[in-house]
Amino acid sequence: MAQLVPAPQADNDAALGAIAAVGTTIAEERVSVASQWQLMWWRFRKHKLAMVSAGVVILFYLAVVFADFLAYSDPETSEAQRGLIAPQPIHFVDEEGNFYPHVWGLSGKRDPLTFKRVYAPDPNTKVPVTFFGQGFEYKLFGFIPTNRHLLSVGDGAKAEESLFLLGTDIQGRDMWSRLMYATRISLTIGLVSVVVSLFLGVALGGLSGFYGGWIDTVVQRVIEILRSIPTIPLWMGLAAAVPQDWTVLQVYFAITIIISLIGWTELARVVRGRFLSLREEDFVMAAELSGCSRFRIIFVHMVPLFLSHIIAATTLALPFMVISETSLSFLGLGLRPPAISWGVLLQQAQNVQTVAISPWLLLPAIPVIIVILAFNFLGDGLRDAADPYN
Amino acid sequence: MISYLVRRLILAVFTVIAISMLSFAIIQLPPGDYVDAYIAQMSATGSAVSAQEAENLRIQYGLDQPIYVQYLKWMSLAVRGNFGMAMEWGRPVTEVIGDRLAMTMVVSIFAVLLTWVIALPIGIYSAMRQYSVGDYVFTFIGFIGLAVPGFLLALLILYFGFTLFDANIGGLFSAEYLDAPWSWGKVKDLLNHMPIPAIILGLAGTGQAMRIMRANLLDEIRKPYVVTARAKGLSETKAILKYPVRVALNPFASTVGYTLPYVVSGSIIVSLVLSLPTVGPLLLKALIAQDMFLAGTIVLLLGVMTVIGTFLSDLVLMWIDPRIRLQGR
Repeated sequence: MAQLVPAPQADNDAALGAIAAVGTTIAEERVSVASQWQLMWWRFRKHKLAMVSAGVVILFYLAVVFADFLAYSDPETSEAQRGLIAPQPIHFVDEEGNFYPHVWGLSGKRDPLTFKRVYAPDPNTKVPVTFFGQGFEYKLFGFIPTNRHLLSVGDGAKAEESLFLLGTDIQGRDMWSRLMYATRISLTIGLVSVVVSLFLGVALGGLSGFYGGWIDTVVQRVIEILRSIPTIPLWMGLAAAVPQDWTVLQVYFAITIIISLIGWTELARVVRGRFLSLREEDFVMAAELSGCSRFRIIFVHMVPLFLSHIIAATTLALPFMVISETSLSFLGLGLRPPAISWGVLLQQAQNVQTVAISPWLLLPAIPVIIVILAFNFLGDGLRDAADPYN
Repeated sequence: MISYLVRRLILAVFTVIAISMLSFAIIQLPPGDYVDAYIAQMSATGSAVSAQEAENLRIQYGLDQPIYVQYLKWMSLAVRGNFGMAMEWGRPVTEVIGDRLAMTMVVSIFAVLLTWVIALPIGIYSAMRQYSVGDYVFTFIGFIGLAVPGFLLALLILYFGFTLFDANIGGLFSAEYLDAPWSWGKVKDLLNHMPIPAIILGLAGTGQAMRIMRANLLDEIRKPYVVTARAKGLSETKAILKYPVRVALNPFASTVGYTLPYVVSGSIIVSLVLSLPTVGPLLLKALIAQDMFLAGTIVLLLGVMTVIGTFLSDLVLMWIDPRIRLQGR
């Protein structure tokens, strides 16, 4: 794949040249004594889009860590009567112009035709929104019990005293809070899958590239076969095999393994390619001649050289994992409720008629797209930076 | 050249065998078999299935025999074009799949063609005008295409079609042609419905193809022979299109084999959203009902088509790249 916005090498050289007129020696010396990682960082820094994407990715993973803090209502609390309520914006200023964050209360009416209770925003009742207020109990980082949340409103018991930033789903659960928990599941499942793929990819790709011969042939054929099978039907088959009575955690790991079973091939390809090109290098020969063990040659001499490539390839593999999980869950074959992931949330948006009436059900698509874009740009920048001597 | 072909052919055969085993194994993975699912379905609707009846069903479908016997039986029939019965439908698998498999292929091939028609010229443009506004715009669109999963795109298009134009975009045929026999009108109707699924399916591939083309051509343009061609006074169009573009197309031909399964794979899930009459919805239903012959056949046939696609792309590659043609001699 092409680099998206490659470092403008020519401009840069020109700029360096201009500086060089004054301080040639200083600039050159800095470059020539800089470590490999330092050079990579300089190269990466120039890729603006990648820098921004890195920030976005960090934000998303912060949301993963602080999901319960960012949510303000229990993602499982449902009340059928409050289903499909439209998003409520927060008004920060009241009529007198004072700072008074609030949402309009909901007044329930009975529809004279359908006899269903419908809620409409009522500008006359103002429900105050508190920052860092108290809400449902949870454990921060999994061990600090607390009930502080970024936002809180009333006690949520009465429909009039509740906040639905992104509306509610069909069962009347708050979309914003569910989205926070979904982010946690979807992004960690991507991370875990990528770690498993990485392990498989490095082990098999490394074996294949370092030893060559029949091992190489076998691994390459396996990769070819795996890649020539349309993946979604394959996943569907595997995912459908996950027993219905498994717990959320078991399903989570089963899906992780299924996704990484396909995902490792690309990483293996990268690792193998690197091994093949490095194997012929003089310093490997030198290490062999001076009696280094295979293990030492691989891990001390070769791996540090292409570690950066692996990091870049891993970053580029992550969005693929996220899409996989989302697609599978969307089909109803991946994670199943009560697990909450982006795909599970999007499942409610399968029906056009429903979405046409309550378009906010499509909102979980936005973080999916943003995360995938951010990982792609970040991976692109990392790949460009991975070889700073080029 | 012959040895190259033979090697490829042997690999293709091995791949097909592996795929057949994988697809059969996958179908075998779920606990319980079709009869269990059938019993559950029957008891849900209120009618019970006796143990004797269940046993008879198992014998009838050969489910009482060891797995490898079932597999061999399935395969030996499959090579003769008999894929068994789609149990849920009570009809032969080939009959159930027939039209839908053809539709899957038609939609996928359209998507791949669209991918090339759009991606190649844009890739060439982007490489020739590197870092221009157009280059950035196309690169960005390509990234969006890569980043937005097909089913999300389908959902969004369906939503906007529904709210803005009050049109239901799903499906491949208008209502009057749905069950009609094939005719000119029906083909025209199909072509009218084709662009949206083809664009949705092709967008991800387009993004990728565009970037590959751009990168390859950029590598090629900087080579001395292009400079020579220019120095000798060849027109810019000729200097680019006649030589570097041809070389840059090579890796493309070799990825055709992967483009097709990718698109076919995507069509499965997009079909569910757009309610296209492809094998996608059928596969999902078959998997849920554990209709192993049907699901297995679908996965197998999709895999086989992919292998054929890969093989054909190898032939194309040989045709356009003399280096490979001469290698095996």
